[in-house]
Amino acid sequence: MISIRKLIHDYFRQDEDGNVSEKIRAVDGVDIEVNAGEFIVILGHNGCGKSTLAKHINALLFPTEGEVWVEGMNTTNEDQIWDIRQRAGMIFQNPDNQIIAQVVEEDVGFGPENIGLPTDKIWQRVEESLKTVGMYEYRKKSPNRLSGGQKQRVCIAGVMAMHPKCIIMDEPTAMLDPSGRREVIEAARDLNKTEGITIILITHYMEEAIQADRIFVMDQGKVAMQGTPREIFSRVEEMQALHLDVPQVTLLAHSLRKQGIRIPKGILTREELADALLGRRPAAL
Amino acid sequence: MSLTIEDISYTYETGTAMQVTALDHVSVEIPDKQFIGLIGHTGSGKSTLVQMLNGLLKPTGGRILYKGEDIHGENFDRKKLRAKVGLVFQYPEHQLFEADVLSDVMFGPRNLGLTEEECRRRAHAALRNVGMDKKFYEKSPFDLSGGEKRRVAIAGVLAMHPEILILDEPTAGLDPKGRDEILGLISEMNSRMDMTIILVSHSMDDVAEYVDRIMVMNHGHLVYDDIPAKVFSHYQELEGMGLSAPQVTYVMQYLREQGLPVRTDIFTLEEAAAEILAHRRDIHV
Repeated sequence: MISIRKLIHDYFRQDEDGNVSEKIRAVDGVDIEVNAGEFIVILGHNGCGKSTLAKHINALLFPTEGEVWVEGMNTTNEDQIWDIRQRAGMIFQNPDNQIIAQVVEEDVGFGPENIGLPTDKIWQRVEESLKTVGMYEYRKKSPNRLSGGQKQRVCIAGVMAMHPKCIIMDEPTAMLDPSGRREVIEAARDLNKTEGITIILITHYMEEAIQADRIFVMDQGKVAMQGTPREIFSRVEEMQALHLDVPQVTLLAHSLRKQGIRIPKGILTREELADALLGRRPAAL
Repeated sequence: MSLTIEDISYTYETGTAMQVTALDHVSVEIPDKQFIGLIGHTGSGKSTLVQMLNGLLKPTGGRILYKGEDIHGENFDRKKLRAKVGLVFQYPEHQLFEADVLSDVMFGPRNLGLTEEECRRRAHAALRNVGMDKKFYEKSPFDLSGGEKRRVAIAGVLAMHPEILILDEPTAGLDPKGRDEILGLISEMNSRMDMTIILVSHSMDDVAEYVDRIMVMNHGHLVYDDIPAKVFSHYQELEGMGLSAPQVTYVMQYLREQGLPVRTDIFTLEEAAAEILAHRRDIHV
């Protein structure tokens, strides 16, 4: 589905005369293969290169070295750039920067209209995508009157209306309150489970990462760790060394282990913790 | 008592179809040197309340007293109040605008009509307090990382020498390391400089860890105002308001339901670990 091969991305800073004064290597030799239908989470502190990486997947940036393939299309092939952007949609942090229309349904219809679909098809797609994110009843409303979580779901509907195979979400919940965050993550999970959309979620909230199929942890432009949530979050000290959190339950279990309670590594949920403490053998561990 | 809020109300767009009561008869005392957490979901009235505290909004009913004087009284100097009650808005780095870091921090003191030397002295001290050393002084604020920019923005308010510092979601959009740095910094200003802090936040985990007192807003009412333990014991009511208790509280709740007789009035990781260890004999591992 998505194949990132030996990707390198350099940013250049120029002085007043336009000469290159500094080269910053944001992505440094990344190899990632994503299968269709996977739920992928990318973690890493600010400036680790994860947003730069994400922008390569829908051809907003092009490799300095290496290659990015989306559904068999190379992102440097200019003839296919619009196909790539249609297959791999993108959601950014601030919903206010992504909403353009005065009415919710017009905003969602903007993409399909741009690719020249007939009117009845546009309305059909607007309806189905607003229903998938649970925003259909708000279709006649002004986006200004919506909460942050609702706005972000409208943005997701706008991407869904393009019938993508994959959605890349770059910290979609960073500006939302707890209930908004839940709404957006539930919408993402739904799209993944019921529509089979591949999701690549970039986040700082470890609780959002627990249900991923695989996690990639980035540091200084490289993939520092990769594995299932359980594999990644078992490595508490390594995560802390990268200035990242682990879920609170995992941290609690880790602290109990250090104080001599013999429970397994990589506990991710309160159910698992209870099973471990009460001597019930859980299926998952 | 440095600030007394007496029965204030505020209505937006009075007399129109859009009329909203953002604050509904709120009374509260803000004593010196306290570290207060102000929580509430989006639209609960918390932002309206903080804008009242330094006189940016005038209540439509009730009054606000600063050291016993009505801040909207005829002879009251509101300009002075704004220096004493510093307000750090959400995403304060969007308000940086000067050519270099030092000038940006000096902007506020200059507006107070202080001598150039005094402005410089204050800016140096403020930048030192947020952990930004001399090598940053000449840099453009736009070349800094997100966390650094935010610290410069906070220094700009500190240079005004406020007695009360209000921060609206100061950790929004930061990674875990940036978040810990900012919260550590704020906590230090409270303990070392005796500054009263009002921390507006969505994160119950952050609030639980740092504050002495929590105020909860819902639909324009102040619904809870107490020590963290008392407020979080209402976790079910908090959920009804789109909020939640800290994650460890839910873990302890679940362990108790599952038969481990632990206390549930627990809000930090250290307390949770200690409480579970205190029940070593009930644990079967």
